Amino acid sequence: MYVTLRDRPGEDASPSGQAVARRVSSTVVLLGIVSLLTDVSSEMVASIMPLYLTAVIGLSPVAYGFWDGIYQGISAVVRIAGGYAADRRQRPKLVAIIGYGVSALSRIAMLPVQGFLAISAITTADRLGKGVRTAPRDALIAASSDPRTLGRSFGVHRALDTTGAALGPLVAFALLWAVPGSYDSVFVVSFAFAIAGVAVLVLLVPNMRTATAAARVGLRRVSRELAGPALRRPLIASGLLGVLTVGDGFIYLSLQDRDDFAALYFPLLYVGTNAVYLSLAVPFGRLADRVGRARVLVAGHVALLSGYLLAARPSGGLATTLAVLALLGMFYAATDGVLAALVSRLVPAETRGTGIAAAQTVVALSRFGASLGFGLLWAFMGRGSALLLVAALLAAAIPVAAWLLRGIPREAPA
Amino acid sequence: MSMRARISALVAILLTATLGATGYVLYERQAQADSVAAAPKVPVRDDLTALRAAPHLVFRNTALGDRYGEVAVTPLTNPDGPRAMTGASCDRIYATSTDAICLSADRGLVTTYKAKLLDQSWAERRDLPLAGIPSRARLSADGSLVATTAFVFGDSYANPGQFSTRTVVSKVDGTVLGDIEQFDLVVDGKVVTAADKNLWGVTFAGGNRFYATAASGGKTWLVEGDLSTKRVTALRSDVECPSLSPDGTRIAFKKHGKLQAGKWRLAVYDLKTGKETVLAEQRSVDDQAVWLDNSRVLYGLARDGGDRATSDIWSVPADGTGSPQILVHDAWSPAVVR
Repeated sequence: MYVTLRDRPGEDASPSGQAVARRVSSTVVLLGIVSLLTDVSSEMVASIMPLYLTAVIGLSPVAYGFWDGIYQGISAVVRIAGGYAADRRQRPKLVAIIGYGVSALSRIAMLPVQGFLAISAITTADRLGKGVRTAPRDALIAASSDPRTLGRSFGVHRALDTTGAALGPLVAFALLWAVPGSYDSVFVVSFAFAIAGVAVLVLLVPNMRTATAAARVGLRRVSRELAGPALRRPLIASGLLGVLTVGDGFIYLSLQDRDDFAALYFPLLYVGTNAVYLSLAVPFGRLADRVGRARVLVAGHVALLSGYLLAARPSGGLATTLAVLALLGMFYAATDGVLAALVSRLVPAETRGTGIAAAQTVVALSRFGASLGFGLLWAFMGRGSALLLVAALLAAAIPVAAWLLRGIPREAPA
Repeated sequence: MSMRARISALVAILLTATLGATGYVLYERQAQADSVAAAPKVPVRDDLTALRAAPHLVFRNTALGDRYGEVAVTPLTNPDGPRAMTGASCDRIYATSTDAICLSADRGLVTTYKAKLLDQSWAERRDLPLAGIPSRARLSADGSLVATTAFVFGDSYANPGQFSTRTVVSKVDGTVLGDIEQFDLVVDGKVVTAADKNLWGVTFAGGNRFYATAASGGKTWLVEGDLSTKRVTALRSDVECPSLSPDGTRIAFKKHGKLQAGKWRLAVYDLKTGKETVLAEQRSVDDQAVWLDNSRVLYGLARDGGDRATSDIWSVPADGTGSPQILVHDAWSPAVVR
């Protein structure tokens, strides 16, 4: 994949003197490559896991779903710990290496194990690693970027990250196609990708400190920051929007209910959304830098709302399906990296890791709650009515969130 | 460490990772090819046409080797003897004396699924809609109607609410009579409108009548349906994958009861007396049983340990006595043709 590091070729020849500042830092690209390799690795394993557990280990998916839910929770909570550890030692790279390293080791540990408990333990280790590394990595991105183009930096990173997530399942299924039933091959190749990611991180990413302050950041300082006025409103807004963000899976299910294309190519719906996400991550990040991150974040939820309304229509065809996938991709491109960029400018550099982690945790937990709640609504009200109800609530919540996020400057003082 | 040393180290690590992973995959591939070549050849016969003149069994051959997944035929007089191969590859097969319905998956980067009607020479006669992982297939006794079930979401029946099926009934001339999930489901006199409604595992009962499984809100029912009124009515709860006996008096089915999720016991329900008999098979069976005759039922079971791609067809008395026995080794998805 070709990634532009500059806005346009030849722009650094412009006499304005702005060109250097507009470049995306090489550290951001390197971290993007680390994420790409790691996501190929983790999505390879994640995409075959349901098959592996049911077909090879011979267990019901019930237990898998149950543990899966709990682990999502663990990952979200550990995320704050990872952010805090990075802030406290002012060494985000070290914490990130631990996170990526644990996940890499968990791949190769899949080879000898057989039982469900052992597999669960390894999956937990992988999720813990993911939880630990996310916030310090985003803090590194923030620290190595020009504050004015932070949105674009996160956009570049998320585009690379999502490319990895889209490639992972394809690599896994290509392997299973070439060597049928050889899940061990998938684990070994996944391990190789993870090791490559860790190697790039350890050897090439600069070991920067996130703040010059010599004083260690205490727990009290961090909690004061989290509850402080700068973060309070964005966190409330994130939670409010998060509980009205039902999982993609439900939207896709709703599409396949009435469109045979969507039913036939069900696994590809995720790929479609990801393709839109990765192609829009950079442009939307740049847009956020220009017109304001809060505005783009809110506009992303308008795209989500449109997606709900389209998916709720009683009939639909291929065009509707594609439009919904595009809207979901736009939603992710306008929210995921943009939220991290928005939050990282609201907190001082010393507590940035924790701040980003807190926002991501709020989003993860509220979306988890949204999926549980929507599952119930779906069963009681039926697909269309449930989606319309959530759409109505979201339509009411978007102005409230915009009001909560009002006045967040385009470039807050660092 | 200097930048140069870092780059060298990175190149060394990337090379080792690439070569190691590639080597492992190639080794596994070779080992698989060797084990297929070393697999004992399943005895075959080539009097396929003659076999079809007498009562016979049609099933999917699951003996490891190059004919894995092919549809095979053996006489009912010697079902576990040499098998005649038909050349058709199916994941799920059902046949009458004139027709066969074959569900298959074309595995590739994007796996696509097909339902094909086969003619008497086992060649493809007509494509029917199939939108997902093949699960169940049945023809009516007179060969005029065909029902297929596929998973459009999820990949097993183990977790109620976590899968979604689509069950389509068609005529063998290709006319689609309908997705029976759209039919009205009546339980205790009330129409169930819940969105998580699923219907699967059709067994035809002559004319427009059929039996099937309905599920909603984690419960399952045996339903009796009519293609002309487009309505299915619940007869009894906790019944999945019904199969009507040749004399039309009993239904063999899988029963979940109080077992852990994803486990079932085989049982038989008498439509006249309402009596339920749990069969002697103690293991969990996730299959739509077929009747060998009016006293025994057949079902497929994955083989314990070793290679799970291999399975056997078992038989057990339909009255709860006796014990299960293997009818055909290395086989799956039986259909009895008389």
